[in-house]
Amino acid sequence: MSTMIAGTDRYLAEFESLERGAHESPAWLAALRREAMARFAERGFPTTRDEDWRYTNLGPLAATPFHAAGPGAPGDLSAELVDRSAVGPSAWPRLVFVDGRFAPEHSSRQRLPGGARLSSLAEAMTTDGELVERHLARHARWDADVFAALSTAFVQDGAFLHVPVETVIDAPIEIVLLTTAPGVLAQPRILVVAEPHSRFTVLERHLGLTDEACFVNTVTELAVGPGASLDHYVLQEQGASTFHMATVHAALERDSTFSTCEAAFGAGLARTTLTVRFEGQGGRASIAGLYVADRRQHVDHHVTVDHAVPRCSSQQLFKGVLDGSARAVFNGRVIVRPDAQKTDANQTNKHLLLSDGVEVDSKPQLEIFADDVKCTHGAAEGQLAPEAIFYLRSRGLDEARARRLLTLGFVREVVERVTVEPIRRHLDRMLETRLGTRPATTEWP
Amino acid sequence: MLSVRDLSVAVDDKTILRQLNLEVRAGEVHAVMGPNGSGKSTLAQALAGHPAYTVTGGQVTYLGRDLLAMSPEDRARAGVFLAFQYPIEIPGVSNAAFLKAAINEQRAARGLEELDAMDVLELLQQKLELVEMDKSFLNRPVNEGFSGGEKKRNEILQMAVLDPTLAILDETDSGLDIDALKIVAGGVNGLRRSDNAIILVTHYQRILQYVEPDRVHVLFDGRIVKSAGKELALELERRGYDWIKDEVASLA
Repeated sequence: MSTMIAGTDRYLAEFESLERGAHESPAWLAALRREAMARFAERGFPTTRDEDWRYTNLGPLAATPFHAAGPGAPGDLSAELVDRSAVGPSAWPRLVFVDGRFAPEHSSRQRLPGGARLSSLAEAMTTDGELVERHLARHARWDADVFAALSTAFVQDGAFLHVPVETVIDAPIEIVLLTTAPGVLAQPRILVVAEPHSRFTVLERHLGLTDEACFVNTVTELAVGPGASLDHYVLQEQGASTFHMATVHAALERDSTFSTCEAAFGAGLARTTLTVRFEGQGGRASIAGLYVADRRQHVDHHVTVDHAVPRCSSQQLFKGVLDGSARAVFNGRVIVRPDAQKTDANQTNKHLLLSDGVEVDSKPQLEIFADDVKCTHGAAEGQLAPEAIFYLRSRGLDEARARRLLTLGFVREVVERVTVEPIRRHLDRMLETRLGTRPATTEWP
Repeated sequence: MLSVRDLSVAVDDKTILRQLNLEVRAGEVHAVMGPNGSGKSTLAQALAGHPAYTVTGGQVTYLGRDLLAMSPEDRARAGVFLAFQYPIEIPGVSNAAFLKAAINEQRAARGLEELDAMDVLELLQQKLELVEMDKSFLNRPVNEGFSGGEKKRNEILQMAVLDPTLAILDETDSGLDIDALKIVAGGVNGLRRSDNAIILVTHYQRILQYVEPDRVHVLFDGRIVKSAGKELALELERRGYDWIKDEVASLA
């Protein structure tokens, strides 16, 4: 412990007090947590000397004291407020978390078809212990990623969804994760297990209800079984001073189909570490994201698509709209391992720069070790075309509306990937609000 | 309706229009012809208010208002429409969404209430027939992946939908096959009324076989050097532009 890095000590103290209180944990979990904590303490928060964090400075995160929300009933949130925080209708099964703590009184768990189970992770440890042990922290690389390690060290509660063989669930399952208490450390954990040939949709909505600094460290593990089909959506609307660190890991087995689409609007500093790993032949993945950042927002995406086996296809499309002094980092890594012949992988990352004060660091990273593959990538940065602005103005739209319409046009390609109507409508509204009130000026070049 | 007096326009500090004069009255169709580089497109763009075209002198009065003091959008809302020579592609914005926004901006400026999506669709469907465009055009992004002829027809569709008081068509006839040309001409003739006016900027005489102009002007070296009735167009077709150049040179 003598080499402990600044910023980690207070988490260690929290960890020790948690350990003293956690008597009911299964032995495997206690061991896992201790191991993960040791890993976190040993590595500490990354610095910009770490290649994966070169453009994202975690100094302010490490320097701010955050505290985990205590056990017990979370705050006095009204049912009405929670209801408004959900994107889908009340007919959608819903789990609600407040500052990382499960809020059963706000959750609605209708009977799911085919014996599918939606519960808190704590419950699942009792009812589905073997399943949880098989998957929890077995996909997200806590040994290599400090935020996954920190999450694993504190893992207690979260969302658990298990969908049995050949079960189809039509209504999307919505997980609402609210950030409410200033200074809180919230560590929601989501585990989804899709058994062979099941088909369903999961939505994570991260919503901040405070503009004070918070630290949300969220980890989602998605195990997609053979022939299963999972659509995953993430809406990130944290408060302006929140540090939002998200790890998403999808493990795709043979012939499975996976899509993930993230829309990120909030947080002061947001990092998404997204990994899609093909573990069986014939898998398909559609990976998309859009982010809108202004003022001094910093949004970082590190995406890894690991083609470990042959005949899989992945399509990546990320688009960012930046204004003010916002900064975007995008690192798209595609690994095609020696065996992974007939891989079809493409990656596109585009940024629209609405002010001169923004900064973008976009880097493709292709590591191709097989020869019979098709891999393409493209990155582009640009401003709104003055000719297009004039064209719209010549039809009667004022400049602000012209710019807004063009900006909406820029992100439309990603929005169209959202095929669930209520999510799509919500996204449209978010974009309208977010892009509508911006002051507009055009400098003719 | 439109009175252009001594209009001078520069692009990148290069003077293109030199003290140009033009009078257009309600109910008239004017053809502005001229060789390449004579300033035809500059006149069209300057009247629409393109910010890259700097007015260095002169006045333009439109319906009693100082047109040059108006923003491009205010000109459009006051009934000025420019059909672009090279229509702009707008990825991600459907033709229908674009037209709905344009219609409602212009209605709002005239104190009319917004049309909802159904009303707009009905209006668009009527006008689509006029330009012989399929309904699927409405869902495609504006001009993206359109052929040259489709882009021009899309301009005419916009014109028909927005029903301008002063329509300026910048070489809308260029590069069209005969069928597309007839459609464009039909769109222009359909707009023709006693209370509006049309300026056809063109390099060729052939559209004037379908749209009969009241006046034909020859633009050369940034000035209108000759104005006459429709017979001038035929003469230009027969003799080309060189004799005009010679006439101008002999006057200089």
